[in-house]
Amino acid sequence: MTNVTMTVNGKAVSGDVEGRTLLSSFLREGLGLTGTHVGCDTSQCGACVVHVDGKPVKSCTVFALDVAGAAVKTIEGMANADGSLGVIQQAFQDHHGLQCGFCTPGMVMSAAALLADNPKPTESEVRHYLEGNICRCTGYHNIVKAVLAASGQDVAAVAAE
Amino acid sequence: MHNFDFVKPSSVADAVRALSAEGAQALSGGQTLLPTMKQRLAAPAVLVSLTGIADTKGVSLSGGALSVGGATTHAVVAQEARKHYPALADLAGGIGDPAVRSRGTIGGSLANNDPSACYPAAVLASGATVITDRRRIAADDFFQGMFATALHDGEIITGVLFPIPEKAAYVKFNQPASRFALTGVFVAKYGSGVRVAVTGASANGVFRWTEAERALSASFTPAAIAGLSLPSEGMIADLHGSAAYRANLARVLTGRGVASAH
Repeated sequence: MTNVTMTVNGKAVSGDVEGRTLLSSFLREGLGLTGTHVGCDTSQCGACVVHVDGKPVKSCTVFALDVAGAAVKTIEGMANADGSLGVIQQAFQDHHGLQCGFCTPGMVMSAAALLADNPKPTESEVRHYLEGNICRCTGYHNIVKAVLAASGQDVAAVAAE
Repeated sequence: MHNFDFVKPSSVADAVRALSAEGAQALSGGQTLLPTMKQRLAAPAVLVSLTGIADTKGVSLSGGALSVGGATTHAVVAQEARKHYPALADLAGGIGDPAVRSRGTIGGSLANNDPSACYPAAVLASGATVITDRRRIAADDFFQGMFATALHDGEIITGVLFPIPEKAAYVKFNQPASRFALTGVFVAKYGSGVRVAVTGASANGVFRWTEAERALSASFTPAAIAGLSLPSEGMIADLHGSAAYRANLARVLTGRGVASAH
């Protein structure tokens, strides 16, 4: 076992991990941050997306030791300081951008990464960006609406309406 | 997956030393290697992460060519190559999905030489030079069949030097689940002639379509290759497409590449 330290949601954390410990396992089992979901564990579904130094990554496909020292942000870090839902989370609730909710943490983290790079994406840019996040409930329309709403745009103009 | 010792050197020299250990394997972005290890198709004793070496990252101009560090991620190439070599940026920005592009690297892609990977097509069509810790390898010598390259055990790709073409395009027909190329074609027009590289089609991995290169060097128009055809022998056949389908797709995509080259 090796001790790994990193910053998660603004807090310095550390824990003992094996070489093979995935970032997703360290977050969930080491730190108890079970908001990051492991859907497929094969890099396909995107439920485990977190940010590492501001960039979206699939935490099931990164070793914890390989991101030692990095700043990690998970879904637990997306709420406002007073505990209320962040803008993207609130938009997912307002626009019914989830049904079972399993994919939602990854969707919200990917959406946040998109909006950080591209604050006013088009519908097509949202759909393209979310290619790596699989939802088996919603058919994506309400997720796309939620992301557009979170960007402050008029969702009534969305073709999928 | 089986456990291993993890090391993350900060220089190429230290990485080369670490890779000389018994059962050592290089790890770049890991977007192919981790899934492979989870399936226990690979079980290294030592994993040597190459992403902590600062001087193998980044994109820069170098004597009229574009130099891309071996550990540069697809996301960085998509952004930083844009104004110098837009077709290369297009290719990098179309690999996998955003989260894969945050981690996956050009060196990792080339060292693996997946027969359906995108980067080998750009490197071969550009006549690029693969730079390692010990030598320079011409693209025409680098790719040696499915998952096979000219790299020796423990040799590290530190960078790739791309001559910048007059115009170029990469056109990929996605395998919709994996977003690898069901077939992809990179067309690059240089003063010295046109090079065409096809990925995703041949069971031997990326290859140059020399007949199309000759026709396009004479006339860089889709019509110039309309009458050509690729033989289907040796093409990949699977549930996504037959060998004949891929051979035809390569011809169609070449035409689209010529039409959209910029």
